[in-house]
Amino acid sequence: MKPTDISNPEYFHKVIDCQFACPAHTPVPEYIRLISEKRYDEAYMINWVSNVFPGILGRVCDRPCEPACRRGRVEKDPVAICRLKRVAADNCSPDFTIPAAYVPNTKNGKKIALIGGGPASLTVARDLIPLGYEVDLYDDQAKGGGFMRSQVPSFRLPEKVLDKEVELILNMGVNTVFNTYVSSMKTILEKKYDAVFVGTGAPRGRDLPDLPGRKEGDAGVHLGIDWLASVVFGHVKSVGKRILVIGGGNTAMDCCRTARRLGGEDVRILVRSPREEMKASPWEIEDALHEDIPLYDNHVPKEFVVEQGKLVGMRFEKVTAEYDDQGKRKLVSTGEPLVFMACDEVLLAVGQLNAFPWIEKDLGIEFDSWGLPILGKGTFQSTLEHVFFGGDAAFGPKNIITAVAHGHEAAISIDLFLRGLPLNQRPTPSVTMAGQKMGIHDWLYDNQISEEQRQVVPTVEKVKSLKDRLIEVELGYDQEHGHTEAMRCLNCDVQTVFHVAECIECDACVDACPERCINFIENGSEEEIRTRLLAPAPELNQGLYVSDVLPTGKVMVKDENVCLHCGICAERCPTSAWEMQKFFYRSPQAGQK
Amino acid sequence: MTFFRPGFRHPDLPPNEAGYELRDYEGGISTLCAGCGHDSVNAAIIRACFELAIEPHKVVKLSGIGCSSKSPAYFLGKSHGFNSVHGRMPSIATGANMANRDLIYLGVSGDGDTASIGMGQFAHAVRRNLNMVYIVMNNGCYGLTKGQYSATADKGSIGKKGEPNQLESIDLCEIAIQLGAGFVGRSFSGDKQQLVPMLKAALSYEGMSFVDVISPCVTFNNTPGSTKSYHWVREHREATNTFDFVPFRQEITTEYAEGKTEAVTLHDESVIYLHKGDGNLQITDRRQAMDALEEHKRKGLILTGILYVDPEGEDTHVILHTTKRALNALGEKDLCPGNDALADINDRFR
Ligand SMILES: Cc1cc2nc3c(=O)[nH]c(=O)nc-3n(C[C@H](O)[C@H](O)[C@H](O)COP(=O)(O)OP(=O)(O)OC[C@H]3O[C@@H](n4cnc5c(N)ncnc54)[C@H](O)[C@@H]3O)c2cc1C
Ligand SMILES: Cc1ncc(C[n+]2csc(CCOP(=O)(O)OP(=O)(O)O)c2C)c(N)n1
Ligand code: SF4
Ligand code: SF4
Ligand code: SF4
Ligand SMILES: [Mg+2]
Repeated sequence: MKPTDISNPEYFHKVIDCQFACPAHTPVPEYIRLISEKRYDEAYMINWVSNVFPGILGRVCDRPCEPACRRGRVEKDPVAICRLKRVAADNCSPDFTIPAAYVPNTKNGKKIALIGGGPASLTVARDLIPLGYEVDLYDDQAKGGGFMRSQVPSFRLPEKVLDKEVELILNMGVNTVFNTYVSSMKTILEKKYDAVFVGTGAPRGRDLPDLPGRKEGDAGVHLGIDWLASVVFGHVKSVGKRILVIGGGNTAMDCCRTARRLGGEDVRILVRSPREEMKASPWEIEDALHEDIPLYDNHVPKEFVVEQGKLVGMRFEKVTAEYDDQGKRKLVSTGEPLVFMACDEVLLAVGQLNAFPWIEKDLGIEFDSWGLPILGKGTFQSTLEHVFFGGDAAFGPKNIITAVAHGHEAAISIDLFLRGLPLNQRPTPSVTMAGQKMGIHDWLYDNQISEEQRQVVPTVEKVKSLKDRLIEVELGYDQEHGHTEAMRCLNCDVQTVFHVAECIECDACVDACPERCINFIENGSEEEIRTRLLAPAPELNQGLYVSDVLPTGKVMVKDENVCLHCGICAERCPTSAWEMQKFFYRSPQAGQK
Repeated sequence: MTFFRPGFRHPDLPPNEAGYELRDYEGGISTLCAGCGHDSVNAAIIRACFELAIEPHKVVKLSGIGCSSKSPAYFLGKSHGFNSVHGRMPSIATGANMANRDLIYLGVSGDGDTASIGMGQFAHAVRRNLNMVYIVMNNGCYGLTKGQYSATADKGSIGKKGEPNQLESIDLCEIAIQLGAGFVGRSFSGDKQQLVPMLKAALSYEGMSFVDVISPCVTFNNTPGSTKSYHWVREHREATNTFDFVPFRQEITTEYAEGKTEAVTLHDESVIYLHKGDGNLQITDRRQAMDALEEHKRKGLILTGILYVDPEGEDTHVILHTTKRALNALGEKDLCPGNDALADINDRFR
């Protein structure tokens, strides 16, 4: 193997599993350390700069960071990265205001339209207003926030928290055009904006139009996302006692939990696939089960049963999943008679679709066969050069943090475009390295590894929370539990840096490392080296750190996989060939070099 | 200061045949100087015991005084241990071994502890071919008392204080072979590929297994003029042979070409396979072993590897015809069989 190029910032970035997995690359260990020092405002700021909505995301983020977290590979549960974000937001001083650097001094004369007021558009606004751009934001709702407002139920995300972080951005000077559905892209283009960003999400719920009884039972059948919006806006205030929720994603979980709060007593989830393959996040499924909502998997909806013009139930076919050689799944009927379940209402949460009926076909904005816009790779630029897409509108329904990440990238593209620069010459991440050594055995970071298990987040009593859909179920960690949880973080940003010229090959680091990460061996190909290390190294997406050749002809190979960043190697090295350096990585944003 | 090792261990490390994890063989976190060769020897002991699936409670660690003698604190934390006075490890080991022959005795000593104050004890434990592993962590100096030359320091070698050593050195391996040790090897702390299998063979041998491990003292004797520095040892080391050690019970999976490999079978049916290069010595021949050591010394080289094995060697218990059962396991009835038995014995002399 070639010596690892640690001057490439992506090498150490990848070692910080959580940050690397976060679509917006939030510097997670940095904010977690700040929380452990009770420096909540700074912890909040680290988040706000990267992911724009710390209080919101600290409650409802899809948290792709957590399955990636290194702690989850040395013990059962990862660090509660998401809920720690909430600790920063909850304890941040109430008079948090936009930092001075985000207040523009002068306008640059360029004007941008944002269609849709969800997280993607709001992020574009947050990134571009400081650079002097003027921004008009159009949305059909009365307030900003997009699906975060119309879909995510208040028992998971209180309106107060949403309002605060949305307003922070709107108050930067966004011209809002609310209660306005944009029905023609042509008219927008005619307004001669310098650039247009489309962040309209994936606003159409999928139906089951061909099932027998669908039309006849229509009064009792609702599309999940429309129904959730109706609940938020107060059009729907109650439901029948027996509710069937069809679908296995997070929308289905929100539907059934909302139904429980509006009078649903026998609320059931019905999913086509086996439970293990459901799209919903495991914690959302757990929360639903906890609210006495049974889950029937392997049940394929076959028919709406309508009697005397009224929906009375549904029939389902029981199936089992079979897999062919390619691992492709087929749902095969068990041959049992159809299962009937009685109900008063049905909520369909079987997927979302993109829909751009308002974008005229002759404007030069091209779409692929799935109905999604054709975009430049990584630039989010459409085939009409001053029109950009992001969030769910770009690649179909994802989540808030992905919409934010798209917003950052689109803002970079818009800024480059309007400055006449090529879109592929994008700003680079900013990176700093800081030595952590204070004395022979003293470190600037907490290198002793806490053995506490993941802290449980306290919740409101079930009987109480089921009575009112506005009561937030989770109470969040208090400061003490937040500290305990923060101490579980392994500081993966404190990197082990190897100086090959200093090493005398004494093996002290090899012997001292509790995880058997370090090896001094003959060089070879990666595949072959992985079979010769002290500890098994099957995690191919975890890097091997390889040094230049040492005097004995061997090379140092460190498997990054389960390194605890404890610094014991650096403590036991007589020559300081191992150094612990804090690596701070921040993704580029619009206007940066 | 990191006083505690983290509690987590690599989740994919498999346990050994006896069901123990590698961590079951670890000891406390080391307080030796960073980079000390002794720590590497400790790690090699941990690995050898783990790989042989020795039950930790079957091992007795014994030592004298010195940095090396402190080492047992840093391995086999679940084994028995006795830290004796300076140079007295062999007599404690002898006593313990006589009382309970069922345990594995692992003596750890230094070149000062063995070749100076403990020389007499060393000599007699070797003569008795006491069933133990006797490891000398040899750094050519008294590390614990700040680096004075020990009796194994080579004449002319220059340590940290800068004055060359004036006295002739003692070669503990040569003496051990001469005095009747059944298994003698020399290795280097910086070469676990050689050291770990050597320790495994030593642990399997029944009788005195003497292993001299050159183990540099980074603080007082890792100087450019020292013949016990990492650098010097790496440059001036020659191995008798490479070898594989196949423990008893383990299936032999490698094919060995005839004529190129010599097999030496130990008492417990473990086998050492020696791969011969040119002019390799016959490791079951004492004379050849001594000659090879002297010859290399003349050339300024350090000979490492398994130097001598007597597969038929008899340990102290065999020599003394002691009872097969451990003495400490004998009850009052066995020890005082009564007047009739005494009368029988007396009759034999009439
Ligand atoms: C029930 C449900 C629960 C969810 N829960 C979570 C969760 O817990 N965590 C998470 O990360 N994600 C969740 N999501 C997904 C998340 O809400 C979206 O991925 C995210 O909001 C997408 O952001 P966006 O900026 O692309 O667009 P959106 O948030 O969808 O915002 C688009 C806005 O544009 C408006 N709009 C659309 N067309 C027009 C038009 N022509 N004119 C004017 N306005 C228009 C829409 O009404 C909407 O207000 C959930 C989604 C649903 C349906
Ligand atoms: C009876 C007695 N005499 C002298 C000493 C002082 N002393 C302590 S350690 C030591 C030498 C240790 O040298 P060595 O065995 O080589 O161990 P190292 O520290 O080099 O590993 C001496 C002389 C002592 N502790 N006890
Ligand atoms: S242990 Fe901490 S730094 Fe490492 S991946 Fe998990 S949260 Fe991130
Ligand atoms: S920091 Fe060093 S000693 Fe600690 S786990 Fe990582 S490589 Fe091993
Ligand atoms: S402890 Fe330091 S000098 Fe020794 S092998 Fe490791 S990196 Fe090299
Ligand atoms: Mg010594």
